[in-house]
Amino acid sequence: MCTVCGCGEGEARIEAHDHHHHHHGDESPGSRLVRIEQDILAKNNEYAAANRRHFSERGIHCLNLVSSPGSGKTALLIRTLNDLKGEFALGVIEGDQQTSLDADRIRETGVPAIQINTGKGCHLDGHRVGHALESLKPERGSLLFIENVGNLVCPAAFDLGEAHKVVILSVTEGEDKPIKYPDMFHAADLMLLNKIDLLPHLDFDRERCIDYARRVNPRIKVIQTSARTGEGMADWYQWLRASRQMALAGHPVLAGEG
Amino acid sequence: MHELSLCESLLQIMERSAVEQGYSRVKRVWLEIGALAGVEVEAMRFGFDVATRGSLAEGAGLEIIELPGEAWCMACAKKVPVRQRYDECPACGGCQLQVTGGDQMRIKELEVE
Repeated sequence: MCTVCGCGEGEARIEAHDHHHHHHGDESPGSRLVRIEQDILAKNNEYAAANRRHFSERGIHCLNLVSSPGSGKTALLIRTLNDLKGEFALGVIEGDQQTSLDADRIRETGVPAIQINTGKGCHLDGHRVGHALESLKPERGSLLFIENVGNLVCPAAFDLGEAHKVVILSVTEGEDKPIKYPDMFHAADLMLLNKIDLLPHLDFDRERCIDYARRVNPRIKVIQTSARTGEGMADWYQWLRASRQMALAGHPVLAGEG
Repeated sequence: MHELSLCESLLQIMERSAVEQGYSRVKRVWLEIGALAGVEVEAMRFGFDVATRGSLAEGAGLEIIELPGEAWCMACAKKVPVRQRYDECPACGGCQLQVTGGDQMRIKELEVE
């Protein structure tokens, strides 16, 4: 009763026909085989696609910020919001396992923010972000930042519908992180090498770190920043403007608005 | 670390398929996991047992087909095997590799009744 080869009673509902079946005829009586052929993350990818449609219709440019805990991601985001709030409509979705401390810090800048607590979960997923959008209702044409749970492993696999993943690595971490956590550096389009004001006190080899990142992702862009002194922040904003403009090119309403 | 969520997604796919295809129990599951998919096979087995408890797939056998990583070396203009994303080309030692296979995690097939 193999539904793949259609060799049992007429229950076959499958298009594909595969005669190299590794376990054909192996099943016990009364059972049958059902071909699925689906990505395990198919469900998440459907939610992410719905989010992406939502963003695209409203000209919302969404960035998914990922890093290990303690990279200075929230401080960098707060400085970014303060520097850009006169220029763009902004919004933030904050992901943490517990507490709304980060969303509270963000709201102090005057930018609307919503906290998602993942509880035991180690990453945000497309479904939760979709619900957060219903409450946050980011403005048309806005820049939306999603601050993912501090974790360099799991968020790599979960598409949220963002335009880009931006990975933040601080120089107080090991320079070999890009090859220790290659999936994340592979998935990101931009790496912000943060806390560079601390370099004089550290043995961090910048060139080697960037070389490692390019090894796992030859296309990755790198900007060196210090959210504390402001060094490199202008380059990061320039990247944000440019990537937003690229994304909005051809948008029926918002193209050309800058 | 995210293997448990993957198993929860897997369970949702099985539950949806059970309604569409009219079955009530899953006895065996075949997955294809690539070497570059970022999935620990042992964690996946553990997550599967936890996620399927009390479900239509409780006690189901989990067959994991592990697929090797594969990349295209631009310098050599050929396919080469890789174990990690940052591997150098085993032939020329270069880093101009484009991963072409082994990053998938797919549910292939179920044995059901």
